[in-house]
Amino acid sequence: MLAVDGVSKRFGGLMAVDSATLSLEPGGIVGLIGPNGAGKTTLFSMISGFIAPTDGRIRFEGTDITSEEPHRRAERGIGRTFQIVQPFAGLTVCENIAVGAYLRHAKRADATAKAREVARRVGLGAELDRPAGGLTVAGRKRLELARALATEPKLLLLDEVLAGLNPSEIRDIIPVIRGIRDEGVTILMIEHVMQAVMNLCERVYVLAQGRMIAEGRPAAVCADARVIEAYLGHGAAARLKAEGAAHG
Amino acid sequence: MTARDLIPIAVLAVLAALLPLVVTSSTVLNFLVFTLIVSLGAQGWNILGGFGGQFSFGHAAFFGTGAYVTAILQLRYGVNAWAGLALATAAGALVGWVIGFLSFRSGLRGSYFALVTLAFAEVFRILANAASFTGGAAGLLIKLDVRPANLQFDDRAVFYWLVLAFVTATLLLTRWIQRSRFGAQLVAVRENEDAAKALGVDSLKVKLRAIALSGAVTALSGCLYAQYFLYIDANIAYGSWISVELLLAPIIGGVGTVFGPVVGALTLHGLGEVAKQFAGRIPGIDLIVFGGVLVLAVAFARGGILGLLERLRDRGRGMVTRGTKEVSHAGR
Repeated sequence: MLAVDGVSKRFGGLMAVDSATLSLEPGGIVGLIGPNGAGKTTLFSMISGFIAPTDGRIRFEGTDITSEEPHRRAERGIGRTFQIVQPFAGLTVCENIAVGAYLRHAKRADATAKAREVARRVGLGAELDRPAGGLTVAGRKRLELARALATEPKLLLLDEVLAGLNPSEIRDIIPVIRGIRDEGVTILMIEHVMQAVMNLCERVYVLAQGRMIAEGRPAAVCADARVIEAYLGHGAAARLKAEGAAHG
Repeated sequence: MTARDLIPIAVLAVLAALLPLVVTSSTVLNFLVFTLIVSLGAQGWNILGGFGGQFSFGHAAFFGTGAYVTAILQLRYGVNAWAGLALATAAGALVGWVIGFLSFRSGLRGSYFALVTLAFAEVFRILANAASFTGGAAGLLIKLDVRPANLQFDDRAVFYWLVLAFVTATLLLTRWIQRSRFGAQLVAVRENEDAAKALGVDSLKVKLRAIALSGAVTALSGCLYAQYFLYIDANIAYGSWISVELLLAPIIGGVGTVFGPVVGALTLHGLGEVAKQFAGRIPGIDLIVFGGVLVLAVAFARGGILGLLERLRDRGRGMVTRGTKEVSHAGR
Protein backbone atom coordinates (compact mmCIF):
# COMPACT_ATOMS: atom_id res chain seq x y z
CA MET A 1 0.00 0.00 0.00
CA LEU A 2 2.91 2.32 0.70
CA ALA A 3 6.08 2.24 -1.38
CA VAL A 4 8.97 4.51 -0.51
CA ASP A 5 11.49 4.18 -3.29
CA GLY A 6 15.07 5.45 -2.93
CA VAL A 7 14.01 8.58 -1.06
CA SER A 8 16.69 11.04 0.03
CA LYS A 9 16.69 14.30 1.89
CA ARG A 10 19.63 16.63 2.04
CA PHE A 11 19.76 19.56 4.47
CA GLY A 12 22.67 21.62 3.18
CA GLY A 13 25.72 19.41 3.66
CA LEU A 14 23.89 16.84 5.77
CA MET A 15 22.35 13.79 4.16
CA ALA A 16 19.50 13.22 6.64
CA VAL A 17 17.98 10.37 4.67
CA ASP A 18 20.02 8.59 2.03
CA SER A 19 18.03 6.64 -0.59
CA ALA A 20 15.81 4.85 1.88
CA THR A 21 13.46 2.20 0.54
CA LEU A 22 10.52 0.79 2.43
CA SER A 23 7.32 -0.96 1.49
CA LEU A 24 4.20 -1.80 3.44
CA GLU A 25 1.50 -4.34 2.75
CA PRO A 26 -2.02 -3.61 4.01
CA GLY A 27 -2.64 -4.68 7.61
CA GLY A 28 -0.19 -5.21 10.41
CA ILE A 29 2.20 -3.08 12.39
CA VAL A 30 5.65 -2.28 11.08
CA GLY A 31 8.30 -0.61 13.20
CA LEU A 32 10.91 1.93 12.18
CA ILE A 33 13.78 1.99 14.62
CA GLY A 34 17.25 3.42 14.72
CA PRO A 35 19.59 5.47 16.89
CA ASN A 36 18.88 9.15 17.58
CA GLY A 37 19.43 11.34 14.55
CA ALA A 38 19.08 8.45 12.12
CA GLY A 39 16.50 10.34 10.04
CA LYS A 40 13.35 8.50 11.13
CA THR A 41 11.24 11.60 11.72
CA THR A 42 12.53 13.17 8.51
CA LEU A 43 11.41 10.06 6.63
CA PHE A 44 7.99 10.32 8.32
CA SER A 45 7.71 13.96 7.35
CA MET A 46 8.40 13.05 3.74
CA ILE A 47 5.77 10.30 3.76
CA SER A 48 3.19 12.66 5.25
CA GLY A 49 4.16 15.53 2.96
CA PHE A 50 5.63 18.09 5.34
CA ILE A 51 9.10 17.85 3.80
CA ALA A 52 9.75 17.43 0.09
CA PRO A 53 12.35 14.76 -0.71
CA THR A 54 15.49 15.78 -2.58
CA ASP A 55 15.31 12.54 -4.53
CA GLY A 56 13.18 9.40 -4.89
CA ARG A 57 9.47 8.61 -5.18
CA ILE A 58 6.69 7.83 -2.71
CA ARG A 59 3.62 5.90 -3.83
CA PHE A 60 0.45 5.27 -1.85
CA GLU A 61 -1.98 2.65 -3.14
CA GLY A 62 -0.34 2.82 -6.54
CA THR A 63 -0.53 6.63 -6.91
CA ASP A 64 2.57 8.78 -6.92
CA ILE A 65 2.12 11.24 -4.03
CA THR A 66 5.71 12.54 -3.87
CA SER A 67 4.74 16.18 -4.40
CA GLU A 68 1.29 16.22 -2.84
CA GLU A 69 0.30 18.60 -0.04
CA PRO A 70 -0.08 17.12 3.47
CA HIS A 71 -3.85 17.71 3.56
CA ARG A 72 -4.33 15.82 0.28
CA ARG A 73 -2.46 12.86 1.75
CA ALA A 74 -4.67 12.98 4.83
CA GLU A 75 -7.67 12.82 2.49
CA ARG A 76 -6.16 9.78 0.82
CA GLY A 77 -5.94 8.11 4.21
CA ILE A 78 -2.48 8.81 5.62
CA GLY A 79 -2.74 9.90 9.25
CA ARG A 80 0.20 10.96 11.39
CA THR A 81 1.03 11.94 14.94
CA PHE A 82 3.79 14.31 15.93
CA GLN A 83 6.73 13.31 18.10
CA ILE A 84 6.52 16.71 19.79
CA VAL A 85 2.81 16.83 20.56
CA GLN A 86 0.94 19.62 18.79
CA PRO A 87 -2.41 20.06 20.56
CA PHE A 88 -4.74 22.93 19.68
CA ALA A 89 -4.12 24.23 23.19
CA GLY A 90 -7.02 26.68 23.30
CA LEU A 91 -9.62 24.06 22.36
CA THR A 92 -11.16 21.29 24.42
CA VAL A 93 -10.21 17.67 23.90
CA CYS A 94 -13.46 17.05 22.04
CA GLU A 95 -12.95 20.04 19.74
CA ASN A 96 -9.39 18.91 19.04
CA ILE A 97 -10.50 15.49 17.90
CA ALA A 98 -13.46 16.91 15.98
CA VAL A 99 -11.05 18.82 13.70
CA GLY A 100 -9.82 15.42 12.54
CA ALA A 101 -13.35 14.01 12.33
CA TYR A 102 -14.49 16.90 10.13
CA LEU A 103 -12.32 15.48 7.34
CA ARG A 104 -14.93 12.80 6.63
CA HIS A 105 -17.99 14.28 8.38
CA ALA A 106 -19.16 17.70 7.22
CA LYS A 107 -21.90 18.06 9.87
CA ARG A 108 -21.04 19.24 13.35
CA ALA A 109 -23.21 16.64 15.06
CA ASP A 110 -21.61 13.78 13.10
CA ALA A 111 -18.08 15.07 13.67
CA THR A 112 -18.71 15.51 17.39
CA ALA A 113 -20.21 12.03 17.69
CA LYS A 114 -17.20 10.58 15.89
CA ALA A 115 -14.86 12.55 18.16
CA ARG A 116 -16.56 11.20 21.28
CA GLU A 117 -16.38 7.67 20.02
CA VAL A 118 -12.66 7.96 19.21
CA ALA A 119 -11.97 9.63 22.56
CA ARG A 120 -13.55 6.71 24.40
CA ARG A 121 -11.47 4.26 22.38
CA VAL A 122 -8.16 5.83 23.34
CA GLY A 123 -9.22 6.38 26.94
CA LEU A 124 -9.96 10.11 26.85
CA GLY A 125 -13.69 9.68 27.39
CA ALA A 126 -13.60 11.41 30.78
CA GLU A 127 -11.60 14.41 29.56
CA LEU A 128 -13.77 15.48 26.62
CA ASP A 129 -14.54 18.98 27.89
CA ARG A 130 -11.13 19.78 29.36
CA PRO A 131 -8.87 22.26 27.57
CA ALA A 132 -6.22 20.31 25.67
CA GLY A 133 -3.53 22.57 27.13
CA GLY A 134 -4.29 21.16 30.59
CA LEU A 135 -3.70 17.49 29.76
CA THR A 136 -0.83 15.45 31.17
CA VAL A 137 1.92 14.17 28.87
CA ALA A 138 0.19 10.80 28.61
CA GLY A 139 -3.09 12.56 27.88
CA ARG A 140 -1.52 14.63 25.12
CA LYS A 141 -0.04 11.51 23.52
CA ARG A 142 -3.48 9.92 23.54
CA LEU A 143 -4.91 13.10 22.05
CA GLU A 144 -2.38 12.95 19.19
CA LEU A 145 -3.47 9.40 18.54
CA ALA A 146 -7.18 10.26 18.80
CA ARG A 147 -6.99 13.17 16.37
CA ALA A 148 -5.16 11.10 13.77
CA LEU A 149 -7.63 8.24 14.23
CA ALA A 150 -10.58 10.58 13.81
CA THR A 151 -9.51 11.18 10.20
CA GLU A 152 -10.25 7.48 9.63
CA PRO A 153 -6.86 6.70 8.11
CA LYS A 154 -5.89 3.60 6.16
CA LEU A 155 -2.26 4.11 7.10
CA LEU A 156 -1.29 5.53 10.46
CA LEU A 157 2.18 6.94 11.07
CA LEU A 158 2.96 6.97 14.80
CA ASP A 159 6.00 9.02 15.76
CA GLU A 160 7.10 7.90 19.25
CA VAL A 161 3.66 7.83 20.83
CA LEU A 162 5.13 5.96 23.80
CA ALA A 163 8.05 8.29 24.50
CA GLY A 164 7.77 10.05 27.83
CA LEU A 165 5.24 7.61 29.24
CA ASN A 166 5.85 5.50 32.33
CA PRO A 167 5.70 1.70 32.15
CA SER A 168 2.13 1.45 33.36
CA GLU A 169 0.96 4.07 30.88
CA ILE A 170 2.75 2.11 28.13
CA ARG A 171 0.98 -1.05 29.24
CA ASP A 172 -2.34 0.78 28.97
CA ILE A 173 -1.79 2.13 25.49
CA ILE A 174 -0.36 -0.96 23.79
CA PRO A 175 -3.76 -2.72 23.61
CA VAL A 176 -5.21 0.46 22.09
CA ILE A 177 -2.67 0.35 19.27
CA ARG A 178 -3.28 -3.32 18.75
CA GLY A 179 -7.02 -2.64 18.63
CA ILE A 180 -6.49 -0.08 15.86
CA ARG A 181 -4.52 -2.66 13.88
CA ASP A 182 -7.27 -5.24 14.36
CA GLU A 183 -9.73 -2.87 12.71
CA GLY A 184 -7.68 -3.01 9.53
CA VAL A 185 -5.55 0.13 9.85
CA THR A 186 -1.97 -0.35 8.72
CA ILE A 187 0.49 1.12 11.20
CA LEU A 188 4.04 2.31 10.72
CA MET A 189 5.57 3.33 14.03
CA ILE A 190 8.80 4.98 15.07
CA GLU A 191 9.59 3.70 18.52
CA HIS A 192 12.44 3.64 20.99
CA VAL A 193 10.67 1.54 23.59
CA MET A 194 12.00 -1.86 22.50
CA GLN A 195 9.61 -3.80 24.72
CA ALA A 196 6.76 -2.29 22.71
CA VAL A 197 8.46 -2.88 19.37
CA MET A 198 8.99 -6.56 20.22
CA ASN A 199 5.44 -6.79 21.44
CA LEU A 200 3.64 -5.06 18.61
CA CYS A 201 5.59 -5.16 15.38
CA GLU A 202 5.55 -8.01 12.93
CA ARG A 203 8.38 -6.46 10.99
CA VAL A 204 10.88 -3.66 11.60
CA TYR A 205 13.05 -1.46 9.46
CA VAL A 206 16.29 -0.11 10.90
CA LEU A 207 17.53 3.28 9.83
CA ALA A 208 21.02 4.45 10.80
CA GLN A 209 22.71 7.64 9.61
CA GLY A 210 20.04 8.01 6.96
CA ARG A 211 20.50 4.55 5.49
CA MET A 212 18.19 1.59 5.75
CA ILE A 213 20.54 -1.03 7.19
CA ALA A 214 18.27 -3.93 8.06
CA GLU A 215 14.74 -5.22 7.75
CA GLY A 216 12.95 -8.26 9.12
CA ARG A 217 11.36 -9.83 12.18
CA PRO A 218 12.15 -7.90 15.37
CA ALA A 219 14.06 -10.74 17.05
CA ALA A 220 16.18 -11.39 13.96
CA VAL A 221 16.90 -7.71 13.43
CA CYS A 222 18.03 -7.25 17.02
CA ALA A 223 20.56 -10.03 16.59
CA ASP A 224 21.86 -8.51 13.35
CA ALA A 225 25.49 -7.46 13.73
CA ARG A 226 24.99 -4.25 11.68
CA VAL A 227 22.11 -3.16 13.91
CA ILE A 228 24.06 -3.77 17.12
CA GLU A 229 26.98 -1.80 15.73
CA ALA A 230 24.72 1.06 14.68
CA TYR A 231 23.47 1.40 18.24
CA LEU A 232 26.60 0.49 20.23
CA GLY A 233 29.46 1.45 17.95
CA HIS A 234 31.97 -0.24 15.67
CA GLY A 235 33.15 -3.62 16.87
CA ALA A 236 30.41 -3.97 19.46
CA ALA A 237 28.84 -6.98 17.77
CA ALA A 238 32.09 -8.96 17.81
CA ARG A 239 32.75 -7.97 21.41
CA LEU A 240 29.30 -9.06 22.53
CA LYS A 241 29.71 -12.34 20.71
CA ALA A 242 33.08 -12.94 22.33
CA GLU A 243 31.68 -12.11 25.76
CA GLY A 244 28.71 -14.36 25.12
CA ALA A 245 31.04 -17.21 24.17
CA ALA A 246 33.22 -16.62 27.27
CA HIS A 247 30.21 -16.75 29.58
CA GLY A 248 28.63 -19.63 27.70
CA MET B 1 -27.06 26.04 15.05
CA THR B 2 -29.44 25.48 17.92
CA ALA B 3 -31.98 27.81 19.51
CA ARG B 4 -29.53 28.45 22.33
CA ASP B 5 -27.05 29.82 19.82
CA LEU B 6 -29.55 32.18 18.25
CA ILE B 7 -31.61 33.49 21.16
CA PRO B 8 -28.98 35.87 22.63
CA ILE B 9 -28.45 37.42 19.20
CA ALA B 10 -32.17 37.79 18.61
CA VAL B 11 -32.80 39.34 22.03
CA LEU B 12 -30.00 41.87 21.66
CA ALA B 13 -31.10 42.78 18.13
CA VAL B 14 -34.69 43.40 19.23
CA LEU B 15 -33.60 45.48 22.23
CA ALA B 16 -31.24 47.53 20.09
CA ALA B 17 -33.96 48.01 17.48
CA LEU B 18 -36.31 49.46 20.09
CA LEU B 19 -33.73 52.07 21.15
CA PRO B 20 -34.66 54.83 18.64
CA LEU B 21 -38.23 54.73 19.97
CA VAL B 22 -36.90 55.81 23.36
CA VAL B 23 -33.93 57.93 22.37
CA THR B 24 -34.67 60.64 19.83
CA SER B 25 -31.60 62.84 20.34
CA SER B 26 -29.83 63.05 17.00
CA THR B 27 -26.45 63.28 18.75
CA VAL B 28 -27.05 59.94 20.42
CA LEU B 29 -28.31 58.34 17.21
CA ASN B 30 -25.29 59.73 15.36
CA PHE B 31 -23.04 58.17 17.95
CA LEU B 32 -24.87 54.83 17.72
CA VAL B 33 -24.75 54.71 13.92
CA PHE B 34 -21.04 55.50 13.85
CA THR B 35 -20.29 52.97 16.60
CA LEU B 36 -22.28 50.27 14.82
CA ILE B 37 -20.43 50.97 11.57
CA VAL B 38 -17.14 50.50 13.44
CA SER B 39 -18.58 47.35 15.07
CA LEU B 40 -19.43 45.91 11.67
CA GLY B 41 -15.92 46.55 10.36
CA ALA B 42 -14.49 45.07 13.55
CA GLN B 43 -16.65 41.98 13.11
CA GLY B 44 -15.02 41.62 9.70
CA TRP B 45 -11.57 41.89 11.28
CA ASN B 46 -12.56 39.34 13.92
CA ILE B 47 -13.34 36.65 11.32
CA LEU B 48 -9.77 36.71 10.07
CA GLY B 49 -7.92 37.92 13.15
CA GLY B 50 -10.02 36.40 15.91
CA PHE B 51 -10.99 33.04 14.49
CA GLY B 52 -8.15 32.67 11.99
CA GLY B 53 -5.40 34.18 14.14
CA GLN B 54 -4.13 36.24 11.19
CA PHE B 55 -3.73 39.70 12.70
CA SER B 56 -4.21 42.37 10.08
CA PHE B 57 -2.96 45.91 10.71
CA GLY B 58 -4.43 47.15 7.47
CA HIS B 59 -8.14 46.49 7.41
CA ALA B 60 -8.46 50.05 6.12
CA ALA B 61 -7.66 48.43 2.77
CA PHE B 62 -11.12 46.83 2.84
CA PHE B 63 -12.96 49.64 4.60
CA GLY B 64 -11.65 52.15 2.06
CA THR B 65 -12.35 49.86 -0.88
CA GLY B 66 -15.96 49.54 0.21
CA ALA B 67 -16.30 53.30 0.59
CA TYR B 68 -14.59 54.19 -2.68
CA VAL B 69 -16.27 51.52 -4.79
CA THR B 70 -19.79 52.63 -3.88
CA ALA B 71 -18.92 56.34 -4.17
CA ILE B 72 -17.23 55.98 -7.55
CA LEU B 73 -19.95 53.74 -8.95
CA GLN B 74 -22.62 56.26 -7.99
CA LEU B 75 -20.75 59.38 -9.05
CA ARG B 76 -19.02 58.24 -12.22
CA TYR B 77 -21.34 55.51 -13.50
CA GLY B 78 -24.71 56.47 -12.05
CA VAL B 79 -25.10 53.07 -10.41
CA ASN B 80 -27.87 52.75 -7.85
CA ALA B 81 -26.67 53.03 -4.24
CA TRP B 82 -28.07 49.63 -3.23
CA ALA B 83 -26.33 47.96 -6.15
CA GLY B 84 -23.25 49.95 -5.17
CA LEU B 85 -23.52 48.44 -1.68
CA ALA B 86 -23.58 44.91 -3.07
CA LEU B 87 -20.72 45.58 -5.49
CA ALA B 88 -18.65 47.28 -2.76
CA THR B 89 -19.06 44.20 -0.58
CA ALA B 90 -18.02 41.94 -3.45
CA ALA B 91 -15.02 44.19 -4.13
CA GLY B 92 -13.97 43.81 -0.50
CA ALA B 93 -14.08 40.04 -0.83
CA LEU B 94 -12.02 40.21 -4.02
CA VAL B 95 -9.38 42.53 -2.55
CA GLY B 96 -9.23 40.26 0.50
CA TRP B 97 -8.75 37.19 -1.63
CA VAL B 98 -5.97 38.84 -3.67
CA ILE B 99 -4.09 40.12 -0.60
CA GLY B 100 -4.56 36.71 1.02
CA PHE B 101 -3.41 34.85 -2.06
CA LEU B 102 -0.25 36.94 -2.32
CA SER B 103 0.67 36.77 1.35
CA PHE B 104 -0.57 33.34 2.50
CA ARG B 105 0.81 31.54 -0.53
CA SER B 106 4.24 32.88 0.33
CA GLY B 107 3.72 31.56 3.85
CA LEU B 108 3.59 34.93 5.61
CA ARG B 109 2.43 34.67 9.21
CA GLY B 110 2.29 36.70 12.38
CA SER B 111 4.03 40.05 12.30
CA TYR B 112 5.05 39.61 8.65
CA PHE B 113 1.44 39.25 7.60
CA ALA B 114 0.50 42.24 9.77
CA LEU B 115 3.16 44.40 8.10
CA VAL B 116 2.10 43.36 4.60
CA THR B 117 -1.53 44.27 5.26
CA LEU B 118 -0.41 47.61 6.67
CA ALA B 119 1.63 48.18 3.50
CA PHE B 120 -1.35 47.39 1.27
CA ALA B 121 -3.55 49.86 3.14
CA GLU B 122 -0.91 52.57 2.91
CA VAL B 123 -0.37 51.98 -0.83
CA PHE B 124 -4.12 52.23 -1.40
CA ARG B 125 -4.24 55.42 0.64
CA ILE B 126 -1.44 57.04 -1.34
CA LEU B 127 -2.92 55.95 -4.67
CA ALA B 128 -6.40 57.17 -3.76
CA ASN B 129 -4.90 60.46 -2.64
CA ALA B 130 -3.04 60.93 -5.93
CA ALA B 131 -5.38 59.64 -8.64
CA SER B 132 -7.97 62.00 -10.15
CA PHE B 133 -10.26 58.99 -10.65
CA THR B 134 -10.74 58.80 -6.88
CA GLY B 135 -11.11 62.53 -6.46
CA GLY B 136 -7.51 62.95 -5.30
CA ALA B 137 -6.90 64.85 -2.11
CA ALA B 138 -10.24 66.66 -2.44
CA GLY B 139 -12.08 63.40 -1.87
CA LEU B 140 -15.51 62.42 -3.13
CA LEU B 141 -18.84 63.90 -2.25
CA ILE B 142 -21.87 61.66 -2.77
CA LYS B 143 -24.75 63.79 -4.02
CA LEU B 144 -27.32 64.55 -1.37
CA ASP B 145 -30.61 63.19 -2.66
CA VAL B 146 -32.67 61.91 0.24
CA ARG B 147 -34.63 58.94 -1.08
CA PRO B 148 -34.70 55.37 0.22
CA ALA B 149 -33.82 54.21 -3.30
CA ASN B 150 -30.58 56.17 -2.91
CA LEU B 151 -29.86 54.66 0.50
CA GLN B 152 -30.38 58.07 2.08
CA PHE B 153 -33.05 58.60 4.70
CA ASP B 154 -34.38 61.78 6.30
CA ASP B 155 -34.74 59.94 9.60
CA ARG B 156 -31.49 58.86 11.22
CA ALA B 157 -33.31 56.00 12.94
CA VAL B 158 -33.88 54.25 9.61
CA PHE B 159 -30.16 54.26 8.85
CA TYR B 160 -29.55 53.03 12.38
CA TRP B 161 -31.92 50.09 11.77
CA LEU B 162 -30.21 49.33 8.47
CA VAL B 163 -26.75 49.20 10.04
CA LEU B 164 -28.15 47.21 12.96
CA ALA B 165 -29.59 44.69 10.51
CA PHE B 166 -26.16 44.20 8.95
CA VAL B 167 -24.50 43.91 12.37
CA THR B 168 -27.09 41.29 13.37
CA ALA B 169 -26.61 39.39 10.12
CA THR B 170 -22.87 39.34 10.78
CA LEU B 171 -23.44 38.14 14.35
CA LEU B 172 -25.39 35.25 12.84
CA LEU B 173 -22.68 34.66 10.24
CA THR B 174 -20.05 34.60 12.97
CA ARG B 175 -22.13 32.21 15.07
CA TRP B 176 -22.49 29.96 12.04
CA ILE B 177 -18.71 30.05 11.51
CA GLN B 178 -18.21 29.12 15.16
CA ARG B 179 -20.48 26.08 14.76
CA SER B 180 -19.37 24.91 11.31
CA ARG B 181 -16.65 22.75 9.86
CA PHE B 182 -15.13 25.84 8.25
CA GLY B 183 -14.90 27.52 11.66
CA ALA B 184 -13.37 24.48 13.33
CA GLN B 185 -10.76 24.27 10.62
CA LEU B 186 -10.08 28.02 10.81
CA VAL B 187 -9.54 27.85 14.58
CA ALA B 188 -7.34 24.77 14.11
CA VAL B 189 -5.16 26.74 11.68
CA ARG B 190 -4.93 29.54 14.25
CA GLU B 191 -3.90 27.17 17.03
CA ASN B 192 -1.42 25.06 15.08
CA GLU B 193 -1.16 25.14 11.33
CA ASP B 194 0.99 22.02 10.89
CA ALA B 195 -1.25 19.90 13.10
CA ALA B 196 -4.26 21.15 11.13
CA LYS B 197 -2.64 20.16 7.82
CA ALA B 198 -1.90 16.68 9.13
CA LEU B 199 -5.61 16.33 9.88
CA GLY B 200 -6.50 17.10 6.29
CA VAL B 201 -7.18 20.83 6.61
CA ASP B 202 -6.34 22.75 3.45
CA SER B 203 -4.93 25.69 5.38
CA LEU B 204 -4.45 27.95 2.36
CA LYS B 205 -8.05 27.50 1.23
CA VAL B 206 -9.39 28.04 4.74
CA LYS B 207 -7.38 31.23 5.21
CA LEU B 208 -8.41 32.55 1.80
CA ARG B 209 -12.08 31.97 2.58
CA ALA B 210 -11.62 33.76 5.89
CA ILE B 211 -9.88 36.80 4.44
CA ALA B 212 -12.45 37.08 1.62
CA LEU B 213 -15.33 36.98 4.13
CA SER B 214 -13.49 39.37 6.40
CA GLY B 215 -12.82 41.78 3.52
CA ALA B 216 -16.45 41.64 2.42
CA VAL B 217 -17.85 42.50 5.86
CA THR B 218 -15.35 45.30 6.45
CA ALA B 219 -15.96 46.72 2.94
CA LEU B 220 -19.68 46.73 3.72
CA SER B 221 -18.98 48.83 6.80
CA GLY B 222 -16.87 51.23 4.72
CA CYS B 223 -19.67 51.50 2.21
CA LEU B 224 -22.18 52.32 4.95
CA TYR B 225 -19.79 54.94 6.31
CA ALA B 226 -19.61 56.65 2.91
CA GLN B 227 -23.37 56.42 2.55
CA TYR B 228 -24.02 57.93 5.98
CA PHE B 229 -21.55 60.82 5.92
CA LEU B 230 -21.74 61.26 2.12
CA TYR B 231 -18.10 62.30 1.99
CA ILE B 232 -14.82 60.37 1.90
CA ASP B 233 -11.21 61.13 1.17
CA ALA B 234 -8.11 58.95 1.21
CA ASN B 235 -7.19 59.73 4.81
CA ILE B 236 -10.64 58.82 6.05
CA ALA B 237 -11.29 55.74 3.93
CA TYR B 238 -7.80 54.25 3.83
CA GLY B 239 -6.43 55.98 6.94
CA SER B 240 -4.65 54.02 9.63
CA TRP B 241 -7.18 55.31 12.20
CA ILE B 242 -9.72 52.80 10.93
CA SER B 243 -7.22 49.91 10.80
CA VAL B 244 -6.46 50.59 14.45
CA GLU B 245 -10.13 50.92 15.47
CA LEU B 246 -11.06 47.69 13.72
CA LEU B 247 -8.45 45.67 15.57
CA LEU B 248 -8.79 47.46 18.92
CA ALA B 249 -12.52 46.75 19.24
CA PRO B 250 -12.25 42.93 19.07
CA ILE B 251 -9.15 42.87 21.26
CA ILE B 252 -10.90 44.94 23.93
CA GLY B 253 -14.20 43.11 23.60
CA GLY B 254 -12.98 39.55 23.23
CA VAL B 255 -11.00 38.32 20.28
CA GLY B 256 -12.44 35.28 18.47
CA THR B 257 -15.85 35.60 20.13
CA VAL B 258 -19.18 36.37 18.48
CA PHE B 259 -20.04 39.49 20.49
CA GLY B 260 -16.49 40.71 21.20
CA PRO B 261 -16.18 43.26 18.40
CA VAL B 262 -19.56 44.87 19.18
CA VAL B 263 -18.89 44.98 22.93
CA GLY B 264 -15.42 46.40 22.27
CA ALA B 265 -16.60 49.09 19.88
CA LEU B 266 -19.40 50.18 22.22
CA THR B 267 -17.03 50.28 25.20
CA LEU B 268 -14.32 52.21 23.39
CA HIS B 269 -16.60 54.75 21.80
CA GLY B 270 -18.75 55.04 24.90
CA LEU B 271 -15.72 55.85 27.03
CA GLY B 272 -14.37 58.11 24.29
CA GLU B 273 -17.62 60.13 24.25
CA VAL B 274 -17.68 60.40 28.04
CA ALA B 275 -14.10 61.64 28.00
CA LYS B 276 -14.99 64.22 25.35
CA GLN B 277 -17.90 65.44 27.49
CA PHE B 278 -15.62 66.03 30.45
CA ALA B 279 -12.49 67.21 28.70
CA GLY B 280 -13.71 68.19 25.26
CA ARG B 281 -11.21 71.00 24.97
CA ILE B 282 -8.25 68.63 24.95
CA PRO B 283 -7.97 67.39 21.37
CA GLY B 284 -7.47 63.64 21.00
CA ILE B 285 -8.66 62.85 24.53
CA ASP B 286 -10.71 59.92 23.21
CA LEU B 287 -7.57 58.42 21.65
CA ILE B 288 -5.81 58.64 25.01
CA VAL B 289 -8.76 56.77 26.52
CA PHE B 290 -8.48 54.11 23.77
CA GLY B 291 -4.82 53.65 24.62
CA GLY B 292 -5.54 53.40 28.33
CA VAL B 293 -8.27 50.83 27.81
CA LEU B 294 -5.99 48.80 25.55
CA VAL B 295 -3.25 48.76 28.20
CA LEU B 296 -5.77 47.66 30.84
CA ALA B 297 -7.18 44.95 28.59
CA VAL B 298 -3.76 43.54 27.72
CA ALA B 299 -2.62 43.64 31.35
CA PHE B 300 -5.72 42.34 33.11
CA ALA B 301 -8.12 40.84 30.58
CA ARG B 302 -6.30 38.82 27.96
CA GLY B 303 -9.58 37.43 26.62
CA GLY B 304 -11.06 40.93 26.44
CA ILE B 305 -14.12 42.06 28.34
CA LEU B 306 -16.05 38.88 27.48
CA GLY B 307 -13.14 36.71 28.59
CA LEU B 308 -12.96 38.64 31.85
CA LEU B 309 -16.70 38.22 32.47
CA GLU B 310 -16.45 34.50 31.78
CA ARG B 311 -13.60 34.15 34.26
CA LEU B 312 -15.48 36.11 36.92
CA ARG B 313 -18.55 33.92 36.36
CA ASP B 314 -16.47 30.76 36.68
CA ARG B 315 -14.92 32.04 39.87
CA GLY B 316 -18.38 32.96 41.14
CA ARG B 317 -19.45 29.37 40.66
CA GLY B 318 -16.42 28.26 42.65
CA MET B 319 -14.94 26.36 39.76
CA VAL B 320 -11.24 25.69 39.74
CA THR B 321 -10.78 26.17 36.02
CA ARG B 322 -8.79 29.36 36.43
CA GLY B 323 -5.44 27.67 35.93
CA THR B 324 -6.50 25.78 32.84
CA LYS B 325 -8.14 28.86 31.36
CA GLU B 326 -4.90 30.75 31.65
CA VAL B 327 -3.04 27.96 29.94
CA SER B 328 -5.53 28.09 27.11
CA HIS B 329 -5.09 31.81 26.68
CA ALA B 330 -1.33 31.51 26.75
CA GLY B 331 -1.66 29.07 23.87
CA ARG B 332 -3.25 31.67 21.60
